[in-house]
Amino acid sequence: MNVVTPFEGIGASVKRKEDLRFLSGRGQYTDDINRPGQTYAAILRSPHAHARIASIDTVAAAAMPGVVAVFTGADMPDLGGIPCGWQIHNKDGSPMAEPMHPVLAVGKVRFVGDAVAAVIAETRAQAKDAAEAIAVEYEVLPAVATLEAALAPGAAQVHDDVAGNVCYDWHIGDKAINEAGFAKAAKVVEFELVNNRLVPNAMEPRAAIGDYDPTTEDYTLYTTSQNPHVIRLLMGAFVLHLPEHKLRVVAPDVGGGFGSKIFHYAEEAIVTWAAGRVKRPVKWTAERTESFITDAHGRDHVTKARLALDANGKFLALHVQTLANMGAYLSTFATSVPTYLYATLLAGVYATPSVYAEVKAVFTNTVPVDAYRGAGRPEATFLLERLVDVAAAETGMDRVEIRRRNFIPADAFPYQTPVALQYDSGDYQATLNQALEAAGWAGFEARRAEAKARGRLRGIGISTYVEACGIAPSAVVGSLGARAGLYEVGTIRVHPTGSVTVLTGTHSHGQGHETTFAQLVTDRLGVPLAQVDVVHGDTAKIPFGMGTYGSRSLAVGGSAMVKAMDKIVAKAKRIAAHLMEASVEDVEFDRGTFRVAGTDKTKSWAEIALTAYVPHNYPIEELEPGLDETAFYDPKNFTYPGGCHICEVEIEPETGITTVVNFTAVDDVGRVINPMIVEGQVQGGVCQGIGQALLESCVYDSEGQLVSASFMDYQMPRANDLPMVSVATHTTLCTHNPLGVKGCGEVGAIGSPPAVINAVVDALKEYGVRHIEMPATAAKIWGIINASRPAMAAE
Amino acid sequence: MYDFEYHKPGSLADAVKLLSADPDARPISGGQTLLPALKHRLNKPTSVVDLSGIAELKGIKREGDKLVIGALAKHFEVATSPEVKAAIPALAQMASTIGDTQVRNRGTIGGSVANNDPAADYPSAVLGLNATVVTDKRRIAADDFFQGMFTTALEPGELLVAIEFPIPEKAGYAKMRNPASRYVMAGAFVAKTGGAVRVAINGAGPGVFRQADMEKALTANWSPDAVAGVKQPADGLNGDIHGSAEYRAHLVTVMAKRAIDAAG
Ligand SMILES: Cc1cc2nc3c(=O)[nH]c(=O)nc-3n(C[C@H](O)[C@H](O)[C@H](O)COP(=O)(O)OP(=O)(O)OC[C@H]3O[C@@H](n4cnc5c(N)ncnc54)[C@H](O)[C@@H]3O)c2cc1C
Repeated sequence: MNVVTPFEGIGASVKRKEDLRFLSGRGQYTDDINRPGQTYAAILRSPHAHARIASIDTVAAAAMPGVVAVFTGADMPDLGGIPCGWQIHNKDGSPMAEPMHPVLAVGKVRFVGDAVAAVIAETRAQAKDAAEAIAVEYEVLPAVATLEAALAPGAAQVHDDVAGNVCYDWHIGDKAINEAGFAKAAKVVEFELVNNRLVPNAMEPRAAIGDYDPTTEDYTLYTTSQNPHVIRLLMGAFVLHLPEHKLRVVAPDVGGGFGSKIFHYAEEAIVTWAAGRVKRPVKWTAERTESFITDAHGRDHVTKARLALDANGKFLALHVQTLANMGAYLSTFATSVPTYLYATLLAGVYATPSVYAEVKAVFTNTVPVDAYRGAGRPEATFLLERLVDVAAAETGMDRVEIRRRNFIPADAFPYQTPVALQYDSGDYQATLNQALEAAGWAGFEARRAEAKARGRLRGIGISTYVEACGIAPSAVVGSLGARAGLYEVGTIRVHPTGSVTVLTGTHSHGQGHETTFAQLVTDRLGVPLAQVDVVHGDTAKIPFGMGTYGSRSLAVGGSAMVKAMDKIVAKAKRIAAHLMEASVEDVEFDRGTFRVAGTDKTKSWAEIALTAYVPHNYPIEELEPGLDETAFYDPKNFTYPGGCHICEVEIEPETGITTVVNFTAVDDVGRVINPMIVEGQVQGGVCQGIGQALLESCVYDSEGQLVSASFMDYQMPRANDLPMVSVATHTTLCTHNPLGVKGCGEVGAIGSPPAVINAVVDALKEYGVRHIEMPATAAKIWGIINASRPAMAAE
Repeated sequence: MYDFEYHKPGSLADAVKLLSADPDARPISGGQTLLPALKHRLNKPTSVVDLSGIAELKGIKREGDKLVIGALAKHFEVATSPEVKAAIPALAQMASTIGDTQVRNRGTIGGSVANNDPAADYPSAVLGLNATVVTDKRRIAADDFFQGMFTTALEPGELLVAIEFPIPEKAGYAKMRNPASRYVMAGAFVAKTGGAVRVAINGAGPGVFRQADMEKALTANWSPDAVAGVKQPADGLNGDIHGSAEYRAHLVTVMAKRAIDAAG
């Protein structure tokens, strides 16, 4: 018997293999890499949100000490624009407006931070000095910094060729059925809310090194990316016109992404192109201020919604109108976020028969907006879960009961929503029940009374949600406008002594793939965890891949690995059959041991691996030597994690400070491979959700200056802002991938914000508060308390 | 950061000489304020004069009815000094809440008071305790020293050497932190020294200031209730994305109450 001890397979909370490297300072991040002869790039950025560039004078800068070259947009006439990866169509069928996004500004700048010129110099300081010496004459234009300003009549045009600043006006759902639903309503609840803009702030700032070998004409880009193959495709094919075999993209250790490192950014193209021009490596590393004003921001929706209910509190129809801020240019996946990642989720966990959503995407003179942890699904969940609470309050129903009454029942799966998605599995009553129990929902009023005696306002809030991740299948997303496939690639390379290297097209930047993916191999092949290594992040090593975002890595990338392992096992069985002189149908394989069924004839994993590479006694006529298989896996559907989050807060009325005292998350993420990693992912996501709900305030002034452009003004959640998050899972399996997994990377950020705000509104209920916009800062809450005398006191 | 010359003088006299010879030279103590400004290229000194090797600026000692703290005393030293804890526990407690561990192990009282950031902690203690600022040239009363946002009575090239704190009968400090920077959003330092009451407010306005109405109320009745009814006018206070002037005005009263509570 070849039993793996201790148990390291699926379901084991083994420690993360990568942590020794990270915790001992041996991670290799892009900025840790230095190439021989390396130069440094500094980017001159627009100080104005909107201006015409009258002239750029680089003569003085070029003569500064250490300067190798100075480039402006005029030096790059042959380069393509930075592409958008998803084409949306308007209600009338016409394609969205897709204005040019030049690598370096041409003619106009459109946001504070827009790249105007690049200086390449011997040192970083010299590059910065020279960038300051570039004289740019700007004719400042009026800016539109908010959705409202951009849509006002006569508003300044961000792009001359985009009338009214509207990128697209899109819809989903059946309008006539929707109107019929409202016609039958006993009660209609109307509601407006904002989903606040966020700055991602990964701990590691973005960085990029371009390298060029003049003898082979090969380019290499080292970059802080969640998806090196996607960058190679976008930058090579659309911007620099480089064929894939001449462009290698390496994304080494990456210190957090949260979506912001999915996208192809101008700096990647600048350093790669400039390396070819100056024939030396070029490095650029963002300073924190640059991160604030150039990393794609998240969220930024303004939404009006109407919910029709019958006399029993059953939802009849939902109508949603959303304005989504795109910022100044279309970032890689910006257009898909408020459409196919948002509006398709508006049924939520409810059996609402009709949903009709209209989404207008709008250009403004701000940093581009794109996917940020959850991407569209937190926006949908926040809207629904606030709306349901408001509906409960306004129909006099209990907040839990209104949810139960409208849930999609557990026996209704697969469930077709009115907005395209078909949920494969879930049990919303079960996750709700488990969360209510764990959070001590029933005993809350006693805790509220006890807090009141201490002068604190205590509230509890609930959020029941579903999300869609592992976006797929390729054919469907293609028909919806995606310009890429959404499969994943896995290679299982078995070495002659039986150890395994996994090559995956996904990318780990904090998620722990090196551990979780190795556990899949250990579980299936019986190879001890220490003998399995996972390699990712290099287009020269990995056959292909679409990268990591949308909680897809395990559901899609893991499934590709399973398919490759199936091929490995099938081949290994043939080798085993040959060695044991049995027919292949009689060979069984279980975690490392091949056995002729019903006998005690066995061969070990290591024996088969060795035979595959030392094929002395081998069926060479029928079988190639070697044990190395690749699989591409294209999922049949999204996966649908869901669950229930319950938040309990206390507010100090004197200051308005909110403390999250308890947070309970019960999530259905499908099969759990490593419970410890799942817990960490959920906790991290919840912390980001609490950040959005209570702390993170991204503010532009009317001129388009980002007022909250540093940690002095932008409040990231810190340890002492956060509670211990209690995390539990309740599993229903995904029905269409071989692992039954759903994805856990974003559930925390998706489910939590409405739970927090529902709790805050509940705590303030004696003040007659219907809604409070995020972030519910102390100043905002004090303002509410100060402005409204408590209803109770007035009695 | 731009290039600059670096000097590390061994005596106060040498430091003063270097600084008076060059109007664009800047002294540096803990560097917790100056270095970020240099890194952001907001400041372009010709030379930086490192004070950290000057013995005359160091030390914390009790001198009769005064506590004398050298300009180079780090926040951590003030927070943990037995002399400070015995004489003015509110000051030690304040120091223990400035910034984070790294900041407290580098930042100095002299640097903070010379900088006079309206959102800094120490200026309210200096003003509330009616301390005397000792420089290489003279002695300056707290009431004359702080002159509004980032402005003090220090002349160019003049160095802060020490701060002499009278020892109060009672003193207390409370603050609300700015949610993002964790500097002071509104703070109150209250003290009764030799029978006289002073209330110094930091964070809320463009500079540290005394709250005369509260001082009057507390002179009559030293209790949180006495200030609870004293309203700070919002006029002239700071309003920004973190809170309106009205909010800060309200917090001034709340923090004053808490400071008195803490003072006992
Ligand atoms: C992350 C962070 C958080 C912080 N949080 C807080 C906080 O919560 N509360 C708070 O009060 N402060 C806070 N600070 C500021 C910190 O306390 C600084 O240490 C302090 O303001 C300046 O002291 P320093 O010794 O570092 O001065 P430096 O940075 O060395 O100098 C500051 C200024 O004073 C001048 N100077 C220095 N020494 C003298 C001297 N002896 N005579 C004359 N001029 C002199 C310098 O030329 C410079 O202009 C924070 C700083 C950081 C980086």
